[in-house]
Amino acid sequence: MADPFLTVTHLTRRFDVSKPWLNRVLEREERQFLTATADVSFAINKGETFALVGESGSGKSTIAKMIVGLLAPTEGQIAIDGQKLDPKDPVSMRALRRRMQMIFQDPFASLNPRWRVGDIIAEPIHTLGLMPRAEITVEVARLLDLVGLSKADAGKFPHEFSGGQRQRIAIARALASRPDFIVCDEPTSALDVSVQAQILNLMRDLQDEFKLTYLLISHDLSVVRHMSNRIGVLYLGRLVEVADAKRLFHEPQHPYTRMLLDSVPDLALSGRRRKPVSGEIPNPISPPAGCAFHPRCPVAQDQCQIAVPALRPTPTGEAACLLAGVAPPTDA
Amino acid sequence: MTKPLLSVRDLVVEFPTRRGTLRALDGVSFDIAPGEVLGMVGESGAGKSITGAAIIGLIEPPGRIASGEVWLGDTRIDQLSPEAMRRVRGRRIGMVFQDPLTSLNPLYTIARQLTETIRTHMDASEGEARARAIALLDRVGIPAAARRIDDYPHHFSGGMRQRVVIALALAAEPELVIADEPTTALDVSVQAQIIDVLKEICAERGASVMLITHDMGVIAETADRVAVLYAGRMAEIGPVRDVILQPRHPYTAGLMGSIPTLEHAADRLVQIPGAMPRLDAIPAGCAFNPRCTQVMDRCLRDRPALRPVAPHHASACWLVDDKGAHHG
Ligand SMILES: Nc1ncnc2c1ncn2[C@@H]1O[C@H](COP(=O)(O)OP(=O)(O)OP(=O)(O)O)[C@@H](O)[C@H]1O
Ligand SMILES: Nc1ncnc2c1ncn2[C@@H]1O[C@H](COP(=O)(O)OP(=O)(O)OP(=O)(O)O)[C@@H](O)[C@H]1O
Ligand code: SF4
Ligand SMILES: [Mg+2]
Ligand SMILES: [Mg+2]
Repeated sequence: MADPFLTVTHLTRRFDVSKPWLNRVLEREERQFLTATADVSFAINKGETFALVGESGSGKSTIAKMIVGLLAPTEGQIAIDGQKLDPKDPVSMRALRRRMQMIFQDPFASLNPRWRVGDIIAEPIHTLGLMPRAEITVEVARLLDLVGLSKADAGKFPHEFSGGQRQRIAIARALASRPDFIVCDEPTSALDVSVQAQILNLMRDLQDEFKLTYLLISHDLSVVRHMSNRIGVLYLGRLVEVADAKRLFHEPQHPYTRMLLDSVPDLALSGRRRKPVSGEIPNPISPPAGCAFHPRCPVAQDQCQIAVPALRPTPTGEAACLLAGVAPPTDA
Repeated sequence: MTKPLLSVRDLVVEFPTRRGTLRALDGVSFDIAPGEVLGMVGESGAGKSITGAAIIGLIEPPGRIASGEVWLGDTRIDQLSPEAMRRVRGRRIGMVFQDPLTSLNPLYTIARQLTETIRTHMDASEGEARARAIALLDRVGIPAAARRIDDYPHHFSGGMRQRVVIALALAAEPELVIADEPTTALDVSVQAQIIDVLKEICAERGASVMLITHDMGVIAETADRVAVLYAGRMAEIGPVRDVILQPRHPYTAGLMGSIPTLEHAADRLVQIPGAMPRLDAIPAGCAFNPRCTQVMDRCLRDRPALRPVAPHHASACWLVDDKGAHHG
């Protein structure tokens, strides 16, 4: 395997979702914790696009925020190029941070409405002291051009742009610190398909040009299939499968992955008969014991209710299922 | 074709604003046959929801239907009194919206909402209405319906609420169900369940469906025909297979190529440049002309009408003249 750029080991994040102290006392309730990320480990290679997929609440954004340092892990580690992110060492944190940027789902919320586009894009250059003031205007023009906008746009405000154009501005800003790693959290979910195609094509072109490494987060399996080299599937905060992107779609190993693939409507009119999917996602505060998927799993066994299955090797990657490698990969 | 259940003719919807009148729908025409599922797709702001709202008489003033006609069977419904229109809604047309909470009253039990709807529109005793409500909930897949019927909406998950809304929409056995993004707020695994239930139960009862969504995959699996809206105008309409596999409008063709699929990997997605114009900046001629790769002089001047390209298939594009000599 190529050198991992980013390594995440045993990453866990719990949120305290207890009621206020007084209510707890009066209503005799225990403290409550929600485990948004549970013991997640994966590595992303240099220059690849690694995707995380999963339904709402599966913990995708929580992982993204821990990686870029917006949220502290409860347990576990994150390392870049073999160097551990250590919140207690601000100097090395700053150096590593500069190499990572993040693009969010909502291009409306992530751009300061009172700033001109030029200032928004230049901000990381200023704060990181990357170049002399005199050169910044030229650099902003270059970045705007890179994302398909024009240099005149630097003088405008975010509200003067469409959703797709705002996402381009967010990308230009992310590129300003010349990062080698970009975390993209649902970068196109708020956009129409025709505009989504423009942004996905742009992300690919930029990746080729600057050898970028991406962590792409999406609940849209077709987007993920189109963009990524490897895919991690999350269910209730746990990684249930990691596989080569192309093979995941043909040979899903985990029953949840199979179910997810079956639920995607078929645009190709292939006549593929989808199997009706049963059940809904359980409450994350009190997930089912053992494999959290067992109540919805069509092939669950008694022992699935006892212990959380660990990730184990499969022909296409890894899967956290007692039957991985045992159950037939496709249920006919 | 059999006599249509719903017929929309040259519908124009306008919103007066301080800076002039915005035309949100501009000459939209289509039919829905009894028992048919018509999908309606288009980008955000294309006019999908306004079309649905106009049919059921719920355009928010000062917005109004400026011209055109809406027929439900033999009744013209765009000029009915608010009272008469209320009776059409619920009785003859059921509605399912994106957010189930807009259709459910949080203060009433599910039982009360369902039995009230049934008894308002149909001749049934309290007991009969309750029995019918339980059967409906059971049919849309609410487990232990007889017990859950006395719960309040907030006791249900998002997916379960949307099932309740479908039950409510169908309670008075309407002839037409208008579903506006019924699954957009739900998780993928639940979306498929809801679409299946909606489709099956409407088919059982012979109800027609107008399914509004921006998800072409859902349309491909669910609809008989699909209408593609662009900037308040109908760009193309036809059988689902034909529109998806052989789109005859450059916008539809671009749209189809821009959607990544699970089946085959493309290196690059087809890219339609630019974005849909705002209502106050719709260009002269064909509204798609600034983004169209095949634009001709004429497209800048004259607006193309919706014209047949194949049986039951029509496209509003000047390329239609040279039969089949283009994109596909
Ligand atoms: N600050 C917080 N406090 C309490 N719970 C939180 C917090 N942030 C996230 N959670 C919970 O953690 C779980 C994972 O949330 P997360 O935002 O990571 O999900 P996601 O996979 O990104 O979902 P989506 O697709 O909806 O964006 C959810 O159950 C969420 O409610
Ligand atoms: N009350 C209103 N006043 C002015 N313009 C309106 C009003 N309601 C809707 N519009 C405009 O009418 C156009 C069509 O809106 P509509 O809600 O039908 O779009 P849509 O196709 O349903 O989009 P979406 O996919 O975002 O739901 C939009 O440009 C919208 O801005
Ligand atoms: S561990 Fe058991 S319940 Fe979980 S997915 Fe595998 S087979 Fe199903
Ligand atoms: Mg998220
Ligand atoms: Mg709408």
